[in-house]
This record gives sequence, structure tokens and C-alpha cells, in this order.
Amino acid sequence: MKERSFMKSLSAGLVPAVPYLWLGVFFLVPFLIVLKISLSDPAVAQPPYRPLFEWSDIMGFFSALDFENFELLTQDDLYFRATLSSVRIAAISTLLLLLVGFPIAYGMARAPERHRSLLVALVILPFWTSFLIRIYAWIAILKPEGLLTQALSGIGLISEPIEILNTEWAVYIGIVYAYLPFMVLPLYATLEKMDDTLLEAALDLGSTPWRSFWTITVPLAMPGIIAGSLLCFIPAVGEFVIPDLLGGSETLMIGRQLWSEFFSNRDWPLASSVAILLLIILVLPIVIYRDVEARRLETRP
Amino acid sequence: MTRRLSVFNVTSLVLGFAFLYLPILLLVIYSFNASRLVTVWGGFSTQWYGALFRNQALMEAAWVTLRIALLSASIATVLGTLAALALTRYGRFTGRTLFTGMIYAPMVMPEVITGLSLLLFFVAIDLDRGFWTVTLAHTTLTMCFVTVVVQSRLMTFDRSLEEAAMDLGAPPLRTFFAVTLPLIAPSIVAGFLLAFTLSLDDLVIASFNTGPGATTLPIRIYSQVRLGLSPEINAASTILIGLVTLGVISATLLSKRSVLRSQRNAH
Amino acid sequence: MRRTFAPWADPQAKPLIRVDNVTKRFGDAVAVDHLTLDIFEGEFFCLLGPSGCGKTTLMRMLAGFEYPTEGVITLAGQSLEGVPPYRRPVNMMFQSYALFPHMSVEKNIAFGLKQDGLPKPEIADRVGEMLRLVQLEKLAKRYPSQLSGGQRQRVALARALAKRPKVLLLDEPLGALDKKLREETQFELMDIQHELGMTFVVVTHDQEEAMTMADRIAVMDHGRIVQVADPGEIYEQPKTRFIAEFVGDVNILEGHVMGQENGLWRVKTASAETPLTIDDPDEVLHSGQAVAIAVRPEKMTIQREKPGPEAVNVLTGEVWDIGYLGDWTVYRIKLATGEILRVSRANVSRFVESPIDWDEQVYVTFEPGAAVILAE
Repeated sequence: MKERSFMKSLSAGLVPAVPYLWLGVFFLVPFLIVLKISLSDPAVAQPPYRPLFEWSDIMGFFSALDFENFELLTQDDLYFRATLSSVRIAAISTLLLLLVGFPIAYGMARAPERHRSLLVALVILPFWTSFLIRIYAWIAILKPEGLLTQALSGIGLISEPIEILNTEWAVYIGIVYAYLPFMVLPLYATLEKMDDTLLEAALDLGSTPWRSFWTITVPLAMPGIIAGSLLCFIPAVGEFVIPDLLGGSETLMIGRQLWSEFFSNRDWPLASSVAILLLIILVLPIVIYRDVEARRLETRP
Repeated sequence: MTRRLSVFNVTSLVLGFAFLYLPILLLVIYSFNASRLVTVWGGFSTQWYGALFRNQALMEAAWVTLRIALLSASIATVLGTLAALALTRYGRFTGRTLFTGMIYAPMVMPEVITGLSLLLFFVAIDLDRGFWTVTLAHTTLTMCFVTVVVQSRLMTFDRSLEEAAMDLGAPPLRTFFAVTLPLIAPSIVAGFLLAFTLSLDDLVIASFNTGPGATTLPIRIYSQVRLGLSPEINAASTILIGLVTLGVISATLLSKRSVLRSQRNAH
Repeated sequence: MRRTFAPWADPQAKPLIRVDNVTKRFGDAVAVDHLTLDIFEGEFFCLLGPSGCGKTTLMRMLAGFEYPTEGVITLAGQSLEGVPPYRRPVNMMFQSYALFPHMSVEKNIAFGLKQDGLPKPEIADRVGEMLRLVQLEKLAKRYPSQLSGGQRQRVALARALAKRPKVLLLDEPLGALDKKLREETQFELMDIQHELGMTFVVVTHDQEEAMTMADRIAVMDHGRIVQVADPGEIYEQPKTRFIAEFVGDVNILEGHVMGQENGLWRVKTASAETPLTIDDPDEVLHSGQAVAIAVRPEKMTIQREKPGPEAVNVLTGEVWDIGYLGDWTVYRIKLATGEILRVSRANVSRFVESPIDWDEQVYVTFEPGAAVILAE
């Protein structure tokens, strides 16, 4: 009986232990390695950094610490500009996403109940198709002789081809397009739950529809607004594919910088430093997001 | 109920969905373009589909991607379900905060960081990059999504069902397989599909962790797209979109039919 | 008809369930507090109390979902310490019914029998028997989502009964049903219990339900049992003011004991001009002791004319409210002290000449035997 219950508690303990261990090995440890390598010297070798991670040599670990890469990051204003421009692009995109996403989510929440699940499915469906393909589709639309120019000149709105591809505008369009479901769904979730009689009560008490929207609807939708904004902002800061395919060489973004340090310049320590820099920018939003999500999931009735 | 759609609501819905679907629609239309120039219509043709299937490299990449997606999604489903059970059923175990942190962080963290850190890890433990490293990387990323999907189902799960099973004589493990598992199965399937799609779709993490002989479809498409538009890519995309749409529609119809059947039984 | 069934009165009788000085704590909160209780075979036993009184925790300890922090529960002489729910000869009907949504009615009922490894024909027989018992033969293939609330309740009952447990636990069994159905089902539960001779332990917060069904009621408050008795005694001889107020309606008059005359207590109150006379011989009181006098509304009479000098226990007030309930009319009478009395009167005739009206001056009287003295 004793042994049995021991076996039982052992097997019960496995349930959290297995995924815990997996994430520890494949998420936490790699993370620490990035931190370590960001503090090492580059080398012309395979792998192109030195020293190789030494498991036993703890003292060596500390003595080999080298902030050279970070000094480089602070000296070369390329990284500073890339950081600023990443945050700016992500922030503007998030704002645009809110402006585009809110009316859609609001329309969905006010649609007849029998149509709502279809509308949700329609928002999710593009998400299931490849991200890369959806960005690719915009190249054909935005390029100088592309479909947008053809359409606009066809109806006589413009006479000259418009230059959108390879500008920051193309990046905004790409991010808004690709991330729209992540903004619409959390917004819809909070708006759909909202009690309509609250708005009626506000109107009944003499508030205009416009003021009711700002004093009732927006505050009650705040959890959705925060969740949606973080869900879009955080990955947008580190976005690589969209600026790379739509933004042209002019658009500076930090995710792209990391990619080129790694693949083109083969400077792994510098790439790791850029990763750490990116993470420092995002650590606060990620922590807030985790708290918001954990609370949402755990306080559900 | 006084919910009524205003003109504004309808307009925003129409414009919103047009924005979401028009680019995809154009992509599909131009996959049937006879001209090599992707943005100039040169008549209807299916030649690019033929070219696609003769493209050995693309076909190989598709096969690799499919294998990686199936394998990583399967492992991620098991791990993610265990993690969801741990988070909902094990109360405040030690290290829970770190655990939830490790679940939520990979979902929002820029893929370049996840990709780079895993690569450096694989190099540090001297594991050759290729099929297995991409699979392990995808498993790690997608298990977090599975966790969240299954966890949100478990949150609304009526625990008295499990108590009832135990009360009627079923020990904990049998209770899990007879009652809990069948009832959370739809969320596990949804989690698997999500993991599968994310793996199919991933470019960044795969690029960092791939090696010889493990070029995935997104990597192949990306390198071709960088060289310029290609009608073959349009054709490949159309097939992928078609498959996904078919999958989603049949899944919807299946669940609708089971609802209808149960309603019919009621009369 | 009262059954002459009272094993609790027999000192030789062995209880089926013995709860011996059991305490259950959740962190700092004490849910069940040094509780001792005997339940006998064949009893229909009710645990009655307001929410949070510990009755559900006590039931969950009987089922095995919680274990006592201190003390022991025994079933038929065997300690239940450390015995998990799936090894106890006890079954439970859940408040939410907890029907497995992915199994048909018959599969739900067969679930417990399958766990015992019974042969298939025997399971089929037993399921059929249960379906007949709860009159659901025609719905065997349906799924819980296709049943009405009342039907679900029957399936839950059949499922819990199928294993013929030594004790059936019922957690608020009628809570989810509407009023009409609840009344019918009360009597059905009593019939089924009588037919099977099984021990039923019901948890409820509804005193009417407890009064109708139970052989004995245990009234609980703050994790303790305040009184265990048959329904009549609980209603007519409540031990404390809490019970008097929780079970049924009651008027409480506060006062001080003056002394005893001819076996009747004399109590001085602010509510009445003359001291009240109360026939409650079992109470042991001393002069000057503060007491509460409890009188049920139906045991008071109301009249317009001043009673004669021979009348005892006369209170004067004016009609504050009248509530017409059909079978009863309830008067709320405001006394000079500001206290409000509830007096109910059966509507025995369809026509009443000059009925008592709002704001009228009235006299309220009650017999010495109508009241109970509760020590404060």
C-alpha cells in the first residue's frame, strides 16, 4: 500500500515535470546561452565564436565575460536607430491596428448571434494560411507597376505609378494585414460579452451615443484593448519577414539587423547581443502580457 | 435584444473582410495567369501548376515540411496537454511562476530570438542541424500554443464529472481516460491543428535551425520570393490555401453535423 | 402516518455511519468543527443549514473527496480513513447532477457497474431495473443534453442507486428544479428510499424540503451541529434562537424570567403590559435570567375586540401590513415598542364580514403552550 502510493505520487508528479523539463532544456537554457555568447569574442571559425560554451569551467565563464559587443552596440548608432525605428514602427502599427480592428470587432459583436461564429471563423481563416504567402500577396499589389497602381489609374484616380513597396508604408500595411486577427479577436471577446443594457442605461441617463461610447464601451473593452495591443506590439518590434519583403533596404528594424548579423556577417556574438537588446526592450511588455493572460485564464468563472 | 447593425457597423465589416480577403483572392487569380509577369494578365492557364509539380526542390521541401509538422505537432500536443493539466490541476506547485512564464513568453517573443537561442543551444551540445533540430524547435514553440488552447478548456471543465466517476468506482487514471480525455478531446485536436499549421508556416525559426537536407517549404519559398515574384509560388500558395480552406470547412461541417444529429435524436 | 422507526432512540442500536469528533480545516478556515454524529441504517437523514455552515464539506468527507483533519468517520464499523472515493460503498448524487455528457442515459447508469467488472448481462438487467425505477425506460438512448431538468435529475439518481450503495448521498437534490416539480420529486424520493430501504443522507438549505422528507434533521451552523431531532421536534422545540429563526417563521420577544407559578414560567417583557405566561417545563431557568420567547405566527391569534381579564399573553398593536397568500393571510402588527409581529391566519371561509384592515388597533394573543423559551 505504501509503495503503491509512492508510485502513484511519482507518476502524478510526472505530469508537470515532463513539460517543465522540456521548456527548461529547450527554452531557458538556450536563453542563458545567448546571454553568455553575447558576452564573447567573435572568431573566424565554425562555430564562429570563441570560447565554445564550457560546461565545467565556471570561473572561465566569468573571466571570459566581455562587454565589447554591447560597447559596439552603443557606439555604432546603427543599432540605436534600428531600435528606435523598430519601436516606432511597432507602435504606429499597433495604433493603426486598433483603428482598423475596433470597428470590425464592434461590428462583429453587434451582428446577429447566429452569424457571429461565422464571422469569427472568417477572421481566423486567413491566420491558418501561410503568413509568408499573405505577405507575398502584397508585393504584387504594392509594387510600382502592381495591381493597386493598375486599379487606381484604371478608375482615373492617379496618372503616375505610386511608390508604396519598399517604403515604411508597405511595412505598416503588411503588419496591419498580418496581425489583424490578433487584434480583432481579443477585442471581439470583450465587446461581445458587454451588456447592451449598460449603453441603454447611459442613453436613458442623458449621455449622447458618442459620449456613451467613450465612457462605457471603451473602458469596458480595455482588457481586450490591452491584450490585443500587446499581442501585436511585442512580435511587431522583432518582426523580420515583413520589413524584409515589403520594406526595402531603407527600413531599419532590429529583427532584420539580427538576421543580417547572423546570416550575412556571421557575427554570432553580435547577433546574440542584438537579441539581448531586443529582449530588454520587450521584457516589460511580455511580463505585462503574461500577467494579463494568466489572470484572464485563471479567474474565469 | 436590441443589438442592431448600423450602417457604420456594416461598412466596417465589409471593408474589413475585403481587406482580409482581397489580397488572397488576387493571389489565387494570378496563379492561373498565362503570363510569366505576375501582375500582367495574359489569359487563363494552368501551366504553373504543372511546372510546380515538376519542381523537384519544391516538392522535396514540401515533404520535409510535412514530416516535421506532423512529428513536432504530435509531440507538442502531448507536452502541451500535460502542461495544461499541470497548470489547472496541480495548484501552486513550486516554480509555477517560472513555468507560466516559459509558457507565455515563446508565444509573443520575436521569432528571431527563439530561433537564435535554440540554434546556439544545439551548437553548444554539438547536435548536427537538420531535420531533428527543426522538429525540436517547432515542438518547443508550438507546445505553448497547445497548452493555452487545452488550458482554457480545462478551466471551464466541470470537476464534479470527475468526482462522479470516482464516486462510482473509477480510480483516477481510469477516470482520466473515461471522462476527462473524451471531453477535452476537441480542444486537444484544435491544439494539434494549431501546432501543425504553425510548424508548416514557420520561416524564421526553421531558417536558424535547419541544416543540409532539411530545407522546408517556407525557406524555399522565401528564397525564391527574394529573387522576385514567380507564378509558380502563386500556384503553390493557391494549393496550400485550398487545402487549408477545405480542412477548415470540413471541420466546421463535421461539427455542425454532429450537432444536427444530436438535435434530431432529441425528437 | 408516522412510521415507528426510531433506531436512534434505542441505546443498543449500532449506527451505520459514525462521525467521531471530526474537524476539517482549509488553511485557517474551519469548515467542520469537532463534529460528532450517528446515522442509522435505513434512515432518511437531512443535513440542514445556511450556505457555508459546513454541511457540504461533511458530505464530501462521507463521499471521500475530502479527508478529516482530525477525527474518524466509520461506516458499518470500518474506518474510512484514507479510503479513496472509488473504494467506498457510498454513492453520491451531485447538485449539478454531473452526468457524463458524452454518454447516453444507459451508459451513464452502467458506468459504476462497469467499474465493478460485473458481467454484461447483469449490467443490462440492473440498468433496466433502474430505468424502470425512475420511469425513464423510453429515454435510455438519449444524451444528457437532450433531457429536461427533471429527467436529468432522475438519471443522476438512477446512476447513484445502480451500485446499491450502503449509503446514498444527495447534494441539494432538488435545488435545480422548479417549485411544482420539486414537491412531486420530494415524495418520489421518499417512496424510492422506502422501497429500497437504503440510507439516504441529504444536504439542503431548504428547511421545507428537509421537513417533508427527513426522518431526522441535523441543523448545522458554523461547522457544528446545533440540534439533531425529528422534524416535529425541530419545529416545535427548537433548541436555539438560530434554529427557531432558520426553520420556519418566528416572532421573538425578549425579556427576563420573573419566576415559576404552577409549573408555568412568568416572563417580563417590554412588549406586553403584563408578564407573559409560558408553558415550557423542560427549561431550567433562574429569576432575572435574560431569555427570548419564540412564538410561531400560526400559533398567535389576532382580534379587534379587547380580550377579557382571564386572557393571558395579550399584546397590543396596529396593523402595519397585510399579505394575502391565498391559503393564509399574514398580518404584520406593529407594537408600541416598534417591534413588528407576524401573525398568520388560515382563510377558512371565502367570505369574511368586515375583515381586519390596515392601521386598525388589534390585540394579539397566544396560549402558554404555543411559545418556547430560548436561553439567551
